[in-house]
Amino acid sequence: MAWKKVSSVLPAGDYYFSGDEAIAEGAIAARCGYYAGYPITPTTETLERISVRFGEVGAVFMQMEDEIASICSCIGASWAGAKAMTVTSGPGFSLMQEGIGHAVMTETPIVIVNAQRAGPSTGQATRVGGGDIMQARWGTHGGMPIIALSPWSVQELYDQTINAFNLAEKYRVPVLVMAEEATAHLRERVNVPEEVELFDRAKKPGAPPFGTEEDDGVPPMPAFGEGEKLLVTGSTHDAYGIRKTADSAIEEKLTRRLYQKIMNHRAEITEYEDYYLKDADIAVICYGFTARSALFAIERLREESRKAGMLRLKTLWPFADAIVGEMGSRVKKILVPEMNMGQVVGEVTKYVSGDVISYNQMNGEVIHPNTIVEQLGRFL
Amino acid sequence: MAKDLKQYLRPGVTTPFCPGCGHRTLLRLILRAIDELEIDIDGMLFVSGIGCAGWIPSPHFNADTLHTLHGRAIAFATGAKMFNPRLKTMVISGDGDLVDIGGNHLIHAARRNIDLTVICANNMNYGQTGGQVCSTTPKGAVTRTTHGGSPYRPLDLCKLVSAAGAVYVARYLVTQGSVVVDSIKKALQIEGFSFIEVISPCPTQFGRQNRLDTPREAFEFVERMCITKEDAEGLSPAELEGKIVTGEFSNGTG
Repeated sequence: MAWKKVSSVLPAGDYYFSGDEAIAEGAIAARCGYYAGYPITPTTETLERISVRFGEVGAVFMQMEDEIASICSCIGASWAGAKAMTVTSGPGFSLMQEGIGHAVMTETPIVIVNAQRAGPSTGQATRVGGGDIMQARWGTHGGMPIIALSPWSVQELYDQTINAFNLAEKYRVPVLVMAEEATAHLRERVNVPEEVELFDRAKKPGAPPFGTEEDDGVPPMPAFGEGEKLLVTGSTHDAYGIRKTADSAIEEKLTRRLYQKIMNHRAEITEYEDYYLKDADIAVICYGFTARSALFAIERLREESRKAGMLRLKTLWPFADAIVGEMGSRVKKILVPEMNMGQVVGEVTKYVSGDVISYNQMNGEVIHPNTIVEQLGRFL
Repeated sequence: MAKDLKQYLRPGVTTPFCPGCGHRTLLRLILRAIDELEIDIDGMLFVSGIGCAGWIPSPHFNADTLHTLHGRAIAFATGAKMFNPRLKTMVISGDGDLVDIGGNHLIHAARRNIDLTVICANNMNYGQTGGQVCSTTPKGAVTRTTHGGSPYRPLDLCKLVSAAGAVYVARYLVTQGSVVVDSIKKALQIEGFSFIEVISPCPTQFGRQNRLDTPREAFEFVERMCITKEDAEGLSPAELEGKIVTGEFSNGTG
């Protein structure tokens, strides 16, 4: 089995970490062997901590000349056998889009953390934003699916970073941790358990590394130096990596598998939490930091005997279509508050036929619980 | 000495290069150097970018190959090499790829002295997209985007990489067979960042637009521009205008 239990590198116990530090420690627990990054607010603290801690645990740290080089070197390291990660924010994430596409096409496991800040462009570097959700799904050309997670706490930045490595290794796909400045710079208690469960990429010497007839659609992945004479290319290729740039059947077969290996597993990949939904007739669908405010608001309304509930998306992509659709058929109204001009709300309306109301705030601040109470008050 | 280098080629792969292209010759010279050094090709990694020269190792070489994004071959190679230093890593790509779009990675890998052997096949234009101007196009040369002749001075790649700190830097013409082989052998044996620019004419795109009607004329065109480092000594900048100096510019001992 590719799953294994190993000790968390940190001694078990409670720690008081910033989100940036938790990302670094999560990567170490996941046995990340290669990190490349470039300084950018609000994740420079991750880069700095990794530069010290990777030396201590014997992993490789590189500060590259830009974010393009960072992601590309991660792909190279991943094929050399490393679990690889880069951490950035909006402008760096934009630069990485072509590299994400190469990782998708070459089925390279890599983890990218994007602590979103107020945009567009340089925007407000030290303040929060949530404008990169659709970019995570559609930013690189070609439209193939990736996996994107949305942590709401420092604990979850630790846990989701580990989870991101496991998903990347399991599905051979880039996994994006769509953090936010507000959690990257937050300090909270993080509990580190004795053990951590990790997934290592499957190996099968001699098997084609870019094709499989198995149902899961994920081929085994050898590394450079293992004598497999690998042909890794971002061009359309057959199961052995031979370039096939004018063969319609191969392009279709490859893209269909890249699509299905994620989308056919979406029930297994997507995680969510529901709060007070059983008897709710109004609900909030939210993710990231906004869910903290929403939960506060819901609990206040419950004190007033209002039947309000909440669905928190821990996975943004693939989208949790089934639970959203199911919930949408039970409640009367849904509020989708976001730190952007409306991104996830568009997905919600694909699967919900009833009333879906968007609340958008782009001012460099998190959405206040009172704001959500106010918005829900419009329904009551 | 004609050697059978077929053992290094991936079975069943045919060459995509145009008749008269220098890259086919360069492919053979690289394999000759590896063969003469008796390096186990299974322990090597070949990284290339986008463009005609990116196809020299991928898919031809029967070894681990990584065909990357345009301009980023050196960044990919850096990650692989830093994680697994046992991989003897060679980057083979074109001038447009390594220097124009990817120049930042080139100078920083040289500055960091990453243990890579970089071979830049300089064909003086963007061959694969049909022959547009690039940073190495000679001043006055006609391309698909400089119909009246390029108004720009070409970049001296070896000066650039030397200034960035590469430990071994050399430039030769692809027709200087055994000299190129010896240079590649040296570069492969030197620890640290080495860079060899091999002038590899493009008769199909560059030649056609500059009234060089045969591959032979395309080769003679660059041969006329070349001057050895020894012959160039003492010449004034005006006398060296339009010349390409060949030789070793850093040899790993300095």
